[in-house]
Amino acid sequence: MTGPALVNLSPSLGRFNLSPLLSRRAVLKGGGALVLWMHLPLLAPGVSEAATGINSLVPVNAWLKISATGVSVVSPASEMGQGVFTALAQLVAEELDVDWRSVRAEMAPYDPAYTNPMLGGMRSGGATSIRAWFLPMRQAGAAARVMLKAAAAQVWRVPVESLVIGSGLISHPASARDVSYGALAQVAARQKVPVDVPLRDPSKWILIGHSMPRLDTPDKVNGQATFGMDVRMPGQLYAAIRHCPVYGGTLSRLDDSALKGKTSGATYVPGVVAVVTLKDAVAVVAEDWWLARSALARVAVAWAEGANSGQTSAAIESALVHALDPKDPRSLAIAVNRGDADRAIADAARTVEAIYRQPFLAHAALEPLNATASVTAKGCELWLPTQDQGQYPRLIADALGIRPDKVRVNTTYVGGSFGRRFEADVGLQAALLSKAVGKPVQLIWTREEDIRHDVYRPASISRVSLGLDVLGRITGWRHRVTSPSILGRVNPGAIKDGVDKTAIEGIADQPYPLPALKVDYVRQETGIPVGYWRSVGHGANGFVVESMIDEAAAALGRDPWRFRRELLTSKAPRALRVLDLAASKSGWATPLPPIAGARRGRGIALHEAFGSIIAAVLEVTVFKDGRLLLDRLVAAFDCGQMVNPDIVEAQVAGGLLFGLSAALTGKVTFERGRAMQSNFQDYRILTMAEAPPVEVHLVASGEPPGGVSEAGVPPAAPALTNAIFAATGRRLRALPVLDHDLRDAEVRP
Amino acid sequence: MVSLTVNGKTVSFDVSGDAPLLWALRHQLHLTGTKYGCGIGSCGACTVLVNGAPVRSCSVTAASVDGAQILTIEGLALGHDPVAARITAAWIAEQVPQCGYCVPGVMVAAVALLRKTPHPTDGEIDTAITNLCRCGTYDRIRKAIHRAANAVVTP
Repeated sequence: MTGPALVNLSPSLGRFNLSPLLSRRAVLKGGGALVLWMHLPLLAPGVSEAATGINSLVPVNAWLKISATGVSVVSPASEMGQGVFTALAQLVAEELDVDWRSVRAEMAPYDPAYTNPMLGGMRSGGATSIRAWFLPMRQAGAAARVMLKAAAAQVWRVPVESLVIGSGLISHPASARDVSYGALAQVAARQKVPVDVPLRDPSKWILIGHSMPRLDTPDKVNGQATFGMDVRMPGQLYAAIRHCPVYGGTLSRLDDSALKGKTSGATYVPGVVAVVTLKDAVAVVAEDWWLARSALARVAVAWAEGANSGQTSAAIESALVHALDPKDPRSLAIAVNRGDADRAIADAARTVEAIYRQPFLAHAALEPLNATASVTAKGCELWLPTQDQGQYPRLIADALGIRPDKVRVNTTYVGGSFGRRFEADVGLQAALLSKAVGKPVQLIWTREEDIRHDVYRPASISRVSLGLDVLGRITGWRHRVTSPSILGRVNPGAIKDGVDKTAIEGIADQPYPLPALKVDYVRQETGIPVGYWRSVGHGANGFVVESMIDEAAAALGRDPWRFRRELLTSKAPRALRVLDLAASKSGWATPLPPIAGARRGRGIALHEAFGSIIAAVLEVTVFKDGRLLLDRLVAAFDCGQMVNPDIVEAQVAGGLLFGLSAALTGKVTFERGRAMQSNFQDYRILTMAEAPPVEVHLVASGEPPGGVSEAGVPPAAPALTNAIFAATGRRLRALPVLDHDLRDAEVRP
Repeated sequence: MVSLTVNGKTVSFDVSGDAPLLWALRHQLHLTGTKYGCGIGSCGACTVLVNGAPVRSCSVTAASVDGAQILTIEGLALGHDPVAARITAAWIAEQVPQCGYCVPGVMVAAVALLRKTPHPTDGEIDTAITNLCRCGTYDRIRKAIHRAANAVVTP
């Protein structure tokens, strides 16, 4: 069916340490979430002014609004495609006891009330939204239910105990009266906010764990969903921008005379409003974006390219290789040291050693970066697709010389983000442009600017040695990662003892019990900015770890699935169950039917991250001429308690394809400090014809909720390269796969 | 002055000679459902029907299609076109969208496919739908197209 194929965000994001299924009360009394919850301004009016909407809905608390026709759940998390509006609404509606058909969702404006307790700011990322909000959103719904009941008791002057509440209606059976939630909303909002409201027993859940249809689907299939670029403000102008091609460079000279009339010094040609210079960029503001973009092309600019202007991918690779040298003094940055891994490897019956290389990767969300800003005497208002609202008040205030409380941040639907929209760049630029012209400005980066000026997933090189005993058990694991540091750029204070935890995550926390493990990290900066990219370090390290496990199996002549089973043993029952499910659903034990003139194989990979576990099996066919077909991808996934299984399935399938796309074709290279890729013709994204059909089998375990949206990425690359190994005997230790010639030896020149 | 019939309504507007149809739709005609993704005709987020054929609207000028019939995502939602209505219903039933940014272009391309090939095979779908979906909804797109193809048409 497929055509020919070419082929935690932060250290604080550990497992969410509470079990809502078992210990709700304990958490309410003393868990980490309680403190934060107690500080949440539940009553919106007067407390959280920004949370009051412009519609007729009455805010009962910061988390939900009620009107005569329904309930709108206020989402503290950005809807970037991960289905968070729907899932969070399910949590509130479950406890509020309201007809699902009357539930809507809307995005919260920026307010500290919406601080994600796992991320320490109003942010969405790290696959945390469900983990962070699973308890608070239910508590908000339960509190509102109690407040509605108290309101009815007050209005009717009857005891609360005599009331019955459910499905959006409060009844007083003794007097045969009933009233809708909407009619009581005003009174309810003035009630005392209850704490410690008992939550519904999980056995009674009617929404949580059920595949409710997404609340954002209707708007997204009729063209009405407002993404960042669809924002329209009265008098709005549009801007196009060109950055210095080299990161760190600055604007030195500019000639915009081509945009002026025949008489020199005249105003700009019709439609063009201003040419604005920023430190590292020039922008044209015009009456529409096409005009701005066309005019910008006629502006001549000279740049002071700065220290990175000589950087090349070859030099970067050479620096990373150099950093692998065990004598490098930086190797003292030891991240994990359990047992005596060096000794175990020295004494091993057999050792396996390899070096793995991975390139810089761009995010390439389908909606290019953009933001709309309006700066007036009253302050600055932003409308933009972002996953980090919380950073803006301080940054904008500093940039514009205003007070942080004069900055308002509104979040649109986000056309994909994958970590990129944690960055403040485009929002700040829009604010500066609006200030410069005194009107609302929508800044849109071209796709070319978006790819050339990304903050990339770090390029990295890893060297791994592992020791095996005579029975084929791993006795010691030695792992060095060298890469530029994400935290070094975005949060230097989070680097502890020279170790950027995002660079080594997924190694020490791999699902296999290891008797001895030593992980060290060498930070090698390259002058190329790096940032969070879906699954962060887990993506890169998952590839290396699961390739090494496969290498060990191959060295021992073992079946890759059985070898993993034996390593896991009964000490890792959850991982074992997921691994076995993926193997059985893929038909692992049954050989693939042969195809004449081609080699076929299956690859398996397992990864644990974000409190979830995933195993994937990919089937590939490699033709003599090197063409690669991805025949079928089967995954098993355990994220503990699910809120919406259909959304989980979609996210995992999407994450897997996101990882496959990168592994197959993703790389950004540099010459003279410039990114050599700029659009989808050279930064290729997996197409429908290339993508394999994906089956995701969900494991309903009783564990607490785990992260979902990033979990699909890490096993994709190793499943692919392990499958290519199974088919061809060739072990690919450098990504992307497209760089390798997969033709049979006899047809290679 | 360019004149187009967009979603059944004839409109005339001023636009520069080199302005792509995409930006004329989004700016001059205030139809923001059609999306900008790459500007080089690669991703398909800007797909609209021009006289019934799927076209990357970022890569043709508005002036070059003067007088044409244009169908955009907003036109699909009007419900006049039975194929469009089936596509929309199928997209909801299969819960296709994630971020939703590629959706308008893919749905428009799917309408063109089903008009020409009422019961496409997977291979025909793969050939016709060359749009990029960064969220990886391809399986659901295929399922939704099959669902729309097999939907019972009520007269």
